[in-house]
Amino acid sequence: MAGLATSFGSGAMSNSMDDVAENAASMLIIGSNTTEQHPVFGARIRQAVLRRGMKLVVADPRAIDITEFATLHLRQKSGSDIALLNGLMYIILEKGWEDKEFIQTRTEGFEDFKATVMQYPPEKAAEITGIPVAKLYEAAEILATNKPMAVVWAMGITQHIVGVRNVMDLANLQMLLGNMGVPGGGVNPLRGQNNVQGACDMGGLPNVYPGYQAVPLEAVRQKFEAAWGVPLSPQVGMVLTEMMPAAGEGKIKALYIVGENPVMSDPDSNHIRHCLQSCDFLVLQEIFPSETAAYADVLLAGVSFAETTGTFTNTERRVQMVHQAISPQGEAREDWQITAELAKRILEIGERKVAAAPLSGWEYANTAQIMAEVAAVTPSYAGVSHERLERGDHLQWPVKDASHPGTPILHVGQFSRGVGKFMPIEYVSPPELPNDEYPMILNTGRVLYHWHGGEMTRRASGLMEIYGQALIEVNPDDAVHMGLDNTARVRVTSRRGSIEAEAWVTDRVPPGMVYANFHFPEASANELTIAALDPTCKIPGYKVCAVKVEVV
Amino acid sequence: MVNITINGNAIQVPSGTTVLRAAEQAGITIPTLCDHPDLHPFGGCRLCVVEVQGARLPMASCTLPVNEGMVVTTESPALTKSRRTILELLMSNYYDSGYKDGQKETTQFMRWVKHYGISVKKAQAPAPRYPVNSDPNPVIWVDMNKCILCTRCVRACAEIQGRFVWSQGGRGFNTRIVAGAETTMLEARCETCGACVAFCPTGALDNRLSMGAGKPSTVVTTTCAYCGVGCQIDLNVKDNHIIRVTSNPDASVNGMAMCVKGRYGYDYVHHPERLSKPQVRRYLLKGEPKPKASAGANPGENSDPLWDWVETDWDTALRITAEKIAQARDQHGADSVGVLTSAKCTNEVNYLMNKFTRQVVGTNNIDHCARL
Repeated sequence: MAGLATSFGSGAMSNSMDDVAENAASMLIIGSNTTEQHPVFGARIRQAVLRRGMKLVVADPRAIDITEFATLHLRQKSGSDIALLNGLMYIILEKGWEDKEFIQTRTEGFEDFKATVMQYPPEKAAEITGIPVAKLYEAAEILATNKPMAVVWAMGITQHIVGVRNVMDLANLQMLLGNMGVPGGGVNPLRGQNNVQGACDMGGLPNVYPGYQAVPLEAVRQKFEAAWGVPLSPQVGMVLTEMMPAAGEGKIKALYIVGENPVMSDPDSNHIRHCLQSCDFLVLQEIFPSETAAYADVLLAGVSFAETTGTFTNTERRVQMVHQAISPQGEAREDWQITAELAKRILEIGERKVAAAPLSGWEYANTAQIMAEVAAVTPSYAGVSHERLERGDHLQWPVKDASHPGTPILHVGQFSRGVGKFMPIEYVSPPELPNDEYPMILNTGRVLYHWHGGEMTRRASGLMEIYGQALIEVNPDDAVHMGLDNTARVRVTSRRGSIEAEAWVTDRVPPGMVYANFHFPEASANELTIAALDPTCKIPGYKVCAVKVEVV
Repeated sequence: MVNITINGNAIQVPSGTTVLRAAEQAGITIPTLCDHPDLHPFGGCRLCVVEVQGARLPMASCTLPVNEGMVVTTESPALTKSRRTILELLMSNYYDSGYKDGQKETTQFMRWVKHYGISVKKAQAPAPRYPVNSDPNPVIWVDMNKCILCTRCVRACAEIQGRFVWSQGGRGFNTRIVAGAETTMLEARCETCGACVAFCPTGALDNRLSMGAGKPSTVVTTTCAYCGVGCQIDLNVKDNHIIRVTSNPDASVNGMAMCVKGRYGYDYVHHPERLSKPQVRRYLLKGEPKPKASAGANPGENSDPLWDWVETDWDTALRITAEKIAQARDQHGADSVGVLTSAKCTNEVNYLMNKFTRQVVGTNNIDHCARL
């Protein structure tokens, strides 16, 4: 999201799913396995192609399911997205397809950006990406001449060491074509977790308070100090991928983890285990004894979504009610109650004291009261309340006050930062490329039937019957070279670890690539992945690392 | 706008509206089976026949567009008779083997059969024509003896999911709904989203995980906890258990659509491995120092009895946790504490985690898996 914040001043999906499914004349899906990871939106995209003839360009090294509906599938080499995008923008400029008025009135930095793009003639882009020049021309024509065009992406764009630059280059493309602030266009990052948007919105990040109010800003800090009745730290905190090594080095003494499973979902699992083991005190609030629980000192029994009331914010900034359907299982407690109780006890026994202030307390009768406090300190949620949501109001933030209808499309007429900023983006090759010892590329992700570290879906009987074990996708050509038949097991080894699983011989993956998921602890792709981080947002480059593959 | 009269009521609707939809807007119910507002009209079951002034025969209202000045009657002795005949004909190919189904309530077909006073026992086929439970799909139950060939499953799969698993095979009396080229659903590339089940009006397609579960005591609309699309789903609850998940036609983001995880991936909530009480390591209860695991060993395999889990009450677990966090902060500084909040938890929980980290501990070391 840091990329969009730089280009536009606000890092979130600019349009709505319904809007792009109904109004986009063409669409670029890049780095999103939409039908498997956001299946209901993926199905809407299929219908847009079937019913309205929307033109669809899919850029993905793998022949994922949605490519069956694509007008054109670009099979770029892993990690070559910037060369692809710059090559497409070169062609757009060469043909004069750019939106000159939009560039003139709503953006800055165009000349510097153009100078960079001019370094990527189609022949060079073709060489880096492996996509033939003719296909680059075809793609540029589809996307530039069928407007509005919507760009949709997910972790296939962001989980690279150049993730932020990938996103800024997509923002460049949409400014170049004038597809911002219009129905059926926009930049549309699909958020992975059900409430990852909300966790970010609520200040679950080391550099911002709720509503992206920056930690280093004096005025922001004073506002929260006045609200919460205590001096606050002006120092930006550590991100997850820094916290883990800090625990390993003894700088972090105590970790409080709620509903996360770093052993499964973080890169380089061996290193994570070492870090968690080194921590003095780890308290884990969870619904299952996850793989991370082995390292915990205290386990607090939280609840599932069915046992609590509150709100989730979906990928299109829509705040929706979660309603308690069943009472907490056993003696489990609702998570908000656990955190509030811990807070009260620490304030009672610790040295840090809180003065009386409007929002300093921890006495909440229900979650509607917590949302009222959120609204009081968060401008983009100022008009959100459980009462409005129960009444049936559809609220997409920013919701500026109690009568504001919400904002289905961002950046209409003006960007959050005023004018949009073109950023010159250069291609950089991935940090770990194949060599003689590790000759293949590993790509990682999820599958339709499972979710993330698998804590939930591995305990769902129907899903396990359909997809009950890890499968590693291997291209048929590679399978022949290895002497692999469809039922054999393979061992995949990187510089960091090794996993064994059954092979699925399929041309979904191109020759030279294998694809593994991280749903099953006995064969999790994150035993292999590299913890090389994007320098700005510290996201790991999950999508490319070098491996060797052997038949077991 | 077009002016028509239905059962003596003057109604104005946009041109292109069908008589069936026009009647619905006027609050008039016309019996239907093959029709569904989210699917293209099919005109197959003929249950929705109405009389139109000037027309020689009753006409199917689901495929009949309104005309200026049209006068429509939806109920008459003749219509009742033809609807009863239609239902009896459908029943003559229907066979209920008597198992307890997985539906939320009585099926739409059975409601009309009862409404028109038809005896299931007398009207249904003398024997089943197909095996019950004929597809091995782990979550979808197939009993084609209950199929009335309304093709709602065929259209739902094509028009909602875009997967084209179901189609009609055979001819005449042998016409039947088949998956792919008469193979299993999964072989026919089914994604198991369950749209066909949600749209089936007879129970020929059913929720396998819910067979025999009966009626829910409450149905609660909530937001799915898997991906970022944010589908609204209905949890059907009985005895504090989720017995099935159903579509909510008014869902703003997804309508009747759902994916396999949202519709069938719910039973983890009741899994025996759920943490039902707080647990602490024994060393904490004994006031001993933390046992050191040998280098590189998995603490989960640490055999030191001081590292055993002990179930405890909430007061003990919270007291120990509060002491340890306060101690780390007071002795090593606020930045020696780290917090990982959760993209699976609600906004309200995440707000409190942010307040906890910044106000109570005094650090900004808070993050979650946004990048992962």
